[in-house]
Amino acid sequence: MKFIKNILDKVEPSFRKGGKLSFLESTFDAFSTFLFVPNHTTHSGAHIRDAIDLKRTMTMVILALMPALLFGIWNVGHQHYLSHGHEFNSIFDMFLPKIIYGFLKIFPLIVVSYVVGLGIEFAFAQINGHKVNEGYLVSGMLIPLIVPPDIPLWMLAIATAFAVIIGKEVFGGTGMNVFNPALLARAFLFFAYPASMSGDNVWISEKADAVSGATPLAEAAAGNFGNMPSPLDMFLGFIPGSVGETSTLAILLGAVFLIITGIASLRIMISVFTGGLMMGLLFNLLGTNAYMNMPAYYHLIMGGFAFGAVFMATDPVSGSQTNTGKIIYGFLIGVFAVLIRVLNPAYPEGMMLSILLFNAFAPLIDHYVVGANINRRLKRTKIIKS
Amino acid sequence: MTKTIHLKKGLNINLAGEAEKAIANVFTSSTCAMMPTDFMGMSPLPKLLVQENDEVQAGSPLFFDKKRPEIIITAPVSGKISSIVRGDKRAISEIIINTDKDVSYINFGQANPKELSREQIVDQLLKSGVWAFIRQRPYNIIADPKDNPKAIFISAFDTAPLSPDFDFVVHGKGDVFQIGLDVLVKLTSGKVHLNIQADETVSKVFINSKDVQINKFTGPHPAGNVGIQIHHIDPINKGDVVWYLTPLDVITIGRLFQKGIFDATRMVALTGSEVKSPKYYKAFIGASIKNMIESNLHEGHPRFISGNVLTGKKISADGHIGFYDYQVSVIPEGDYFEFIGWALPGFNKFSFSRSFPSFLFPKKKYKLDTNYHGEERAYVVSGQYEKVLPMDIYPVHLIKAIITGNIDKMEQLGIYEVAEEDFALCEFVCTSKIEVQKLIRKGLNLVRKETE
Repeated sequence: MKFIKNILDKVEPSFRKGGKLSFLESTFDAFSTFLFVPNHTTHSGAHIRDAIDLKRTMTMVILALMPALLFGIWNVGHQHYLSHGHEFNSIFDMFLPKIIYGFLKIFPLIVVSYVVGLGIEFAFAQINGHKVNEGYLVSGMLIPLIVPPDIPLWMLAIATAFAVIIGKEVFGGTGMNVFNPALLARAFLFFAYPASMSGDNVWISEKADAVSGATPLAEAAAGNFGNMPSPLDMFLGFIPGSVGETSTLAILLGAVFLIITGIASLRIMISVFTGGLMMGLLFNLLGTNAYMNMPAYYHLIMGGFAFGAVFMATDPVSGSQTNTGKIIYGFLIGVFAVLIRVLNPAYPEGMMLSILLFNAFAPLIDHYVVGANINRRLKRTKIIKS
Repeated sequence: MTKTIHLKKGLNINLAGEAEKAIANVFTSSTCAMMPTDFMGMSPLPKLLVQENDEVQAGSPLFFDKKRPEIIITAPVSGKISSIVRGDKRAISEIIINTDKDVSYINFGQANPKELSREQIVDQLLKSGVWAFIRQRPYNIIADPKDNPKAIFISAFDTAPLSPDFDFVVHGKGDVFQIGLDVLVKLTSGKVHLNIQADETVSKVFINSKDVQINKFTGPHPAGNVGIQIHHIDPINKGDVVWYLTPLDVITIGRLFQKGIFDATRMVALTGSEVKSPKYYKAFIGASIKNMIESNLHEGHPRFISGNVLTGKKISADGHIGFYDYQVSVIPEGDYFEFIGWALPGFNKFSFSRSFPSFLFPKKKYKLDTNYHGEERAYVVSGQYEKVLPMDIYPVHLIKAIITGNIDKMEQLGIYEVAEEDFALCEFVCTSKIEVQKLIRKGLNLVRKETE
């Protein structure tokens, strides 16, 4: 460790102002603080500080994404071999080929997402003279998990660039963005390259033509309820879909981790699920078509609902920031996700649009919640004064 | 009628180095210093009344507030002014007095406050300099004698890390404490509130207090902060003024009327993980910590703090205790690099979040240092401050109003109800390492400037 530190100390001057490599100052800072927590000590205010920082926070979220990622890697391989009708005889066969196949598919997605996104982040940090914010460490992992496994890498690169530049940097970087960058990348792909992002052909990697390959959402939207997988398969994730979204179980493992560590808002998660379930039950009551009659809880285990509830809606920057606001925000996301799914056949996946919609409304929700606090304070003044 | 208020939000930081409930034998401080920077809002410069080499007695005027000339600060001890230290822009940072062995006092006259008028009491407090112990909210500055506060609050317990036990400190001082309370009762047309901890065995001195309203509180830090207590008992609205003191200040006021002198002795707790034997000391206000810490420290690079680790002021090894402080904390400096510190499990790291395994051991006592454990960032995480601020206030919204200098918004969001210390835990837990207390002070100064 000492020797790494010595190297860093030795090269540091050339990255500082006046040095040959000063145009890489932000990059140097990002790497050196990544390796060594700086020796900065408090100079005003509280003399001691909590051990947590953004690097730790983001690391926790990435750890929480691991079950979904690992399952996704396996499932991409699983779905591929399944569509080709491969027979696997031993337990060994069950895992290794699928994992290798999945890994070869997913790893490039992760690399592209991080290289493009971090590249832009570093460049903007340098231009603005900022430190590199850790926010993209999570976005960069989220993006590969919410795209179809066969997405062309150049598309992913363009979507990532769009999300980081238009979604984040133009607003002033991490912490200032209105929309969730990862979802913005997904929305960009959905609207710019619909052929590669929807339909029955994209959800299973290098699918055999004979197999349908439709996701449960697509089957539901088309009214083919006979083809729907069993609820258990949907919960466990043995279905075609975006890389990390299929297994509700893996996502819930991540959710438990986030809740224990206190990183993500339990309020939002619970209210999203509640909102979705309530809307589903309401449709059950109305029951005018087959989709409405589908058991309400299906909505929670289909498509990107669980992933969105746990990892996207809980984004503290683009979501509601007040405790009361979080409950309203989460509930409405759940309600609208199901509403869009059932009533708007053009968008089989309502979750993405619903979260983006309420990203836009989150400040308004907070405005009214804070407004109520202001009114309480004003009222108190009047009572005493009169 | 006694009200009990249960607070749930907050955080007790378990630090190693709590002061043993014993008074250290000998302690003499050869110097004593008054620091104008201890008095918020007296800047840019108070008006000096003394020069180097002047002889002063305990109670002799040293300087006064230019904005409110009736508020004077007096010497806590007698002796010779050895130096007047100036800092940036020639601002006076310390007036150092070489303390006499036997302190001589100016006699302001004994009196029974019950027989005095409000004017006589105010006059006695002002000329002796003891007035400076009475502070006000909003703005957290020395109270204005022209105001009639709607209430006076005394927090009889401190919940900050390693804070001294007031029950121990006031033990046996019931009479003089009551005289102090009698003085305060005369100063307000409202109530005098004495706030005690509900779930502790509280000193008789507090329980037997007369003519005051006793309120009980439970909960973690900052339940002992007077600002939090005011918010729950009689919140400050625009235009309101509330005064507050610590029990130690009440005793000093009591002694002024009982003995007729400004007796600046008070108990100070020497605390912190770097102290070999943390104990209580009988010291003067403004005493030097030099003798206290001599051969009483563990090896290492320590930081000396006058006050507690959340709100105190950094001082040097021969620095002096602040005017309002009754605690000295000594903790290790954190000027080291840590290899991938954010990624290691961190069994010895204390965090309010549960992202370190240490949350599994709630009883453990920590030796925390002054490292930031990260770098400043924009706000990313939400809902964090709310968990440690037991007030009906939206802290981040208030801070953003301060950053943007929006005075209307600050008023609407409750700037009058807060002080830096109430936000100290917010600053501690902040993932983005934002200097919250500094911002709150900036907001208070801004509002005060605009409304006066």
